Amino acid sequence: MALFKIALAGEGGQGVQSIAEILAEAAYNENQQAIYIPNFGLEQRGGVSIAFLQFSDKRIGAPKFQKADIVIALSERAVARTLGYSGTETLYVYDSSFNIKTEELPQEAKQIIALPAIDTANNELHPRVFNIIIMGAVIGLSNVVSFEAAKEALEHKLGYKFEKDPKLRELNFKALEIGRQMAEKSLREGVLSND
Amino acid sequence: MQRVIGESKKSFMTGNEAAAWACLAAGADIMFGYPITPQNEVMHYWTRMAPKYGKGFLQTEDELSAGFTVCGGVQSGKKAFTATAGPGNVLMQEPFGMAEAMRLPLLAIIQQRGGPSSGTVVYSQQEVTLTTYGGNGEGHRIVYSTSSHQEIFDYIIKGFNNAWKYRFPVFILGDGYQAKMREPLEMYDPETRGIEMVEPYPLIGLGGKIGEERGPSHLCNIYSLEEELYEVITKVQAEYDALAPQIIEYDEKNCEDADIIIVTHGIVSRAADDAVKALRAQGIKAGYFRPITLRPFPQKELREAIAKNGAKKLIIAESAIGQLERLVKQEIYGETAKIETLFMPGVGIIDSDIIDKVKSVL
Amino acid sequence: MAVQAIPKSWYLPSKPHKFCPGCGHGIVLKALGEVIDELEIQDQVIFGCDIGCSLLSWNFFACDSTQTHHGRTTPVMVGIKRSRPELVCIGYMGDGGGYSIGSQHLLNSAVRNEKVTLILVNNTNYGMTGGQMAPTTLPGQKTETSPYGRDPEQTGYPTMGPEFIAQLTPDSAYVARATVSKYKQLKKYIRSALRNQMEGNGFSFVEVLSTCPTNWRTNAQQTWNFLEDEMERYFPVGELKNPFGKGDK
Repeated sequence: MALFKIALAGEGGQGVQSIAEILAEAAYNENQQAIYIPNFGLEQRGGVSIAFLQFSDKRIGAPKFQKADIVIALSERAVARTLGYSGTETLYVYDSSFNIKTEELPQEAKQIIALPAIDTANNELHPRVFNIIIMGAVIGLSNVVSFEAAKEALEHKLGYKFEKDPKLRELNFKALEIGRQMAEKSLREGVLSND
Repeated sequence: MQRVIGESKKSFMTGNEAAAWACLAAGADIMFGYPITPQNEVMHYWTRMAPKYGKGFLQTEDELSAGFTVCGGVQSGKKAFTATAGPGNVLMQEPFGMAEAMRLPLLAIIQQRGGPSSGTVVYSQQEVTLTTYGGNGEGHRIVYSTSSHQEIFDYIIKGFNNAWKYRFPVFILGDGYQAKMREPLEMYDPETRGIEMVEPYPLIGLGGKIGEERGPSHLCNIYSLEEELYEVITKVQAEYDALAPQIIEYDEKNCEDADIIIVTHGIVSRAADDAVKALRAQGIKAGYFRPITLRPFPQKELREAIAKNGAKKLIIAESAIGQLERLVKQEIYGETAKIETLFMPGVGIIDSDIIDKVKSVL
Repeated sequence: MAVQAIPKSWYLPSKPHKFCPGCGHGIVLKALGEVIDELEIQDQVIFGCDIGCSLLSWNFFACDSTQTHHGRTTPVMVGIKRSRPELVCIGYMGDGGGYSIGSQHLLNSAVRNEKVTLILVNNTNYGMTGGQMAPTTLPGQKTETSPYGRDPEQTGYPTMGPEFIAQLTPDSAYVARATVSKYKQLKKYIRSALRNQMEGNGFSFVEVLSTCPTNWRTNAQQTWNFLEDEMERYFPVGELKNPFGKGDK
């Protein structure tokens, strides 16, 4: 695939870096070139956590980029922090539960989508797998990696937890699937905004 | 030598982890280090692997100590190394100077961060001057500026060999992006690629009975007379100059018909590579030159690249204000190509930054 | 008299602060803030901080402050005090900055009986850089650079800072060890330390045992257990040297 850039941002502790690492590994396992770099300023303890991902079939250039193909903001603070990464070709995604006014959303974007990920996690699954829903959504929105590769990479990273409690495996894989379906649905239905 | 990788391994990991594995694969014996972002993980991985492979480690009280303990280690004939960044690099110039003076084969991994002072913990190319010419000496060092995890791995192996073969301290100059990002690389045991690792040897602690089998070994780094120092230094300089052709490495593309040559080092060279491809596709005759060794600098090779088509302009792009530019200018004095600059101190450079700059000066 | 919830000497725009949930720094800085208020020295204080987590206190107080390099807070405070003796110089650092890279400055300033006040927060690890071993890491304690547990055979035993400072200093110095689990005592020691400087007696040093659940990877209960059961047992709390009267060790 041609160069594809994703920026994920959320609160420290939401698991942004975890899903970025899993996605990058999945891509690598499918013999893609992949670069994943976390932001790591002084705010590493308490502050917005951002992950930058790039996927390509060719050697990737600079680890940094100006505009992403997809931006996903997992918290309200993350929206403000990621506005700059949204350009005219960017798919900008945030959670529908956020209290965001239209002027607080990016000025430039190809499409802005609100996903009910937090609600779904809280009501249908478990708050802990909110980030896995987002991971499924990334796949649904971009197809950067195959669903199978993502599941394998997820198993590889969290397998030790699944061994102790097999129900977790079921929960995580379900979250992944729900995330993907949620994203595909939102693409079909177009923009969901909440102004 | 101990095989640590086994079957050549394609892996996906951070640069710091790759560095730790490379030192292991290269047969390093002991690491001395001190915490400073963004190189801490080199220590984290090394301390986990060390007991399994019978390797040593000490977290010292500070970087002065880390540098000097490495000097001690190599003097005693062990492959010792360290890693640091930013203010830690500043402190280590004292022990690095001793290594230059006493021709100690130490290896240091430098992961550049924003400077001066505490700057940022993130990234820069602002330690070029420090790493090439820091300390109170003449820069008798070997400095590799890597641009990928594969190069971190390859040049650490080469670095240990060149350090012990030529007896100049060797620096692997990376940066915070390379340290923290994950990308693929292939790890290997050197012998599987036909690379013979140079055996270390002691300068002191030589074994044998003193007075009977050998005289004592006395090492020093101070001289009474100016003339003595002059003799020593000029001899070392001559040796350094003579060895340079065997050590120098660089990469050059598209200079045969270039009007403008983009000169970059380290990770910025990846953006430059992409920029040249994009510019060429637009009909602009851009060329690419990347010094891989900053010391010794590929001076002759850069002059030749310019001469190929009499390129009128050079663009020097770096995440610093003129540290690469100063090196280039000193090495190509007399060339008439106009030098344009793209300075982004402490900030990453992407291909569009370079493309925009090229177009603005054409 | 009603206790003010937020010390006057705290700088409100930098609140809420950036320390991790469960970090002891907030408690120490609160005690210090209250003492600064009670002594009414807000305008004379120079607050210096090290790198590491103590760095996050650089704009914590509504007092003139300076952030220094790692381990160099002590000499910067000494430089200020010797140039402007009327200022109240408070150096704030961690166990890494104080007992490791800054140890030679700490040692020499103690020997010279410099009239500065140093507060050293001991949480047995290098927090900001991700939890490496520190001079005060306990035997057997796992950290990022002692992943199999600290082995005293290899790296010695934890540094007993106040103990060695007490040895180096004359009787006019004030040396104590406090803990964030005993707030009133912590305030008392900080007040005595500052008084020692303000009355021109000599060096004053307070180590404070503190918590780091982020790098210890402990929950709330485990965090307090480690502090009260392990750390306070290893590092005795009390006044080792007190020019104002008997120590309360």
